[in-house]
Amino acid sequence: MDGALTAMTTPPRSPAAGLQGARCSGCSVALYPADVTCPRCGGAAQPLALHGEGTLWTWTVQRYAPKSPPYQEPPGGFRPFALGYVELVDGVRVAAVLDVDDLDDVRIGMPLTVTAGDGVPRARPNAPTGANSPREEGP
Amino acid sequence: MSTDVLVCGAGRTPFGRSEASGRQLAVSAVNAALADAGIEWSRVRAAFGGSDSAGLADTLVAQLGLTGLPFVNVKNGCATGGSALVSAVNAIRSGMADVVLAVGFDKHPRGAFDPRPEDWGLGAEYGSDGLMVTTQFFGMKIQRYMHDHGITPLTLARVAEKAYRNGELTPEAWRRKPVSAGEILDSGMVSDPLTRFMFCSPGAGAAALVLCSPDVARTLDGPSVTLRSAAVRTRRYGSFEVFSPSIPGGELTSVSRDASAAAFEEAGIGPGDIDLCQLQDTESGAEVMHMAECGFCEDGEQERLIAAGATEIGGALPVNTDGGCIANGEPIGASGLRQVYEVVQQLRGRAGEHQVPGEPRVGFTHVYGAPGVSACTVLSR
Repeated sequence: MDGALTAMTTPPRSPAAGLQGARCSGCSVALYPADVTCPRCGGAAQPLALHGEGTLWTWTVQRYAPKSPPYQEPPGGFRPFALGYVELVDGVRVAAVLDVDDLDDVRIGMPLTVTAGDGVPRARPNAPTGANSPREEGP
Repeated sequence: MSTDVLVCGAGRTPFGRSEASGRQLAVSAVNAALADAGIEWSRVRAAFGGSDSAGLADTLVAQLGLTGLPFVNVKNGCATGGSALVSAVNAIRSGMADVVLAVGFDKHPRGAFDPRPEDWGLGAEYGSDGLMVTTQFFGMKIQRYMHDHGITPLTLARVAEKAYRNGELTPEAWRRKPVSAGEILDSGMVSDPLTRFMFCSPGAGAAALVLCSPDVARTLDGPSVTLRSAAVRTRRYGSFEVFSPSIPGGELTSVSRDASAAAFEEAGIGPGDIDLCQLQDTESGAEVMHMAECGFCEDGEQERLIAAGATEIGGALPVNTDGGCIANGEPIGASGLRQVYEVVQQLRGRAGEHQVPGEPRVGFTHVYGAPGVSACTVLSR
C-alpha cells in the first residue's frame, strides 16, 4: 500500500484517457494510481488503462463541508456528496466521488463507471438516471 | 523471551480538555505510576515514550530528575504507547535495565487531525475535492462490514451506549453522562452509517507504566501483573486503510488480525482464555470489527453478542470497561497505555465501580491506527 499512496505524487490523470493504472508483470495485480513497482511483490509494474466499469464496493456520505483548506467549495457552495470505492473489473477498488442524482439511491453492488478528470476519480451510474437530466447536475 | 516482565506501577491522568500542557500531564502520570510501584525515579534505568503532537518525551527529565538514564523518544502514531511498551519489554528481556518506564501523552485542540494530502503522498485534488476526512474511512469500512455480516445500526448505537455507561463509572473518563441508543442514533449523521455520538473526540491525557524484572518485583510490596506478550505490526498488502486512492481486490488483510495473533502466540494462549479486553474504538464500528479481527468472535456474531450484553462489564467478555476511546477521548500517544492501565487495574481488582466481577485473571489490549499499525498485549496476574 505504501507504493500506492506515495505514487500520488505523480498525478495519474489524463482527462481523455480514463483511469491510468498499472499492472504488475510478476504477480498481475492491478494498481491505482500507476506505480513503477508493485507494492505486493516489489516487481516491475507496467502502465495500464483501467476499464472504468465496476460495482460499488462501499460508500459513505460527506454530510458537512470538510475543513477548508484544503477543501475547496464548488461554485454554488457545499452540498452533501457520496463517495465510495468502486470495484473495477480489473480487480482493484478505486476511491471516487459518486455523482448520483439522489443520495438515497446509493447501494453496495450498484453498477458504476469511473472516469478521471480534473479532480479525484468520479463514478456515475451506468443506466440512464433520467431522460433529459444531464448527469453533471447531480449532487 | 525467557525473562518475565512485570507491570509493577501504572498511572494515568484524567482524559479530556485540560489547562495543563501535554508534558505536565505526562509528568503527573509518571509520578502516579512511580508512586503506585513504590519506586523512586532515581531507580528507573531506562525510559521510552512519546506523543503525537505534544512534545518530546525525553525532555520530561527536566521535571522528573536529571538522573542520566537513557530515554528514547517514540513517535509511531496511534501505536506510540504500544511501541514504547514493546521497547521497554525488550530492554528488560535483554538485560539492559531491570526497571523501565513507558509513557505516552498528548494534547490535541478541538477538531484536531487536519491531514494534508502532501503528507500522505496524495495529489492536492484529494484535499480540494473533500476526501481528506478521516471519518469517511471509518464509515466506509463498517458500511461494507454491515453489508457482508448483517450488523445493524442499532448494534453500533449499543456499542456507544455501553461506552458512555462505562465512562460514567470511571472517574478519569471524559464523557461521564449516560446516552441512550436512541439519542446516539439521532445525534446527526457524520459519515454514514456513523453518527456524531458514535465517535471519539481528540483530547488530552497521559498514561505511564513502570515495568520491572521478577527479581525487582519480589522486593516490592504492591501486586504486580505479568506482561505475557506485546506485539506491534504494520499492514500487509491488501488492507483497507484511511486515505487510500485504491484498495486491492480480493479478501482484505488486517493488521489487527496479525498483531493480535502474534501477541496470542507469544503468550501461548488464545482469545478464549481472555477474561476482559480493550479494543480500539475510534468509533462504534471499529469495536465491532475488532472483536472479530482480534479473534474474539466470528464475523457477524457481534450482532447477537452485543444485544445479549456479552461485552458489558458483567458479560462473558467485557470490552472497554473504562469506556474506551469513545468515553475517554483520543490523546493519540496516551491511548495505548491507558488501555494497559485499565487492564492492570482490573487484574489487581482495583477498578472500583467499573470492576469486572469474578476476579479476572487474563486481559488483552489492542490499538489500531493510521496508516495501518496495530499493537496488542496479553496480561495476567
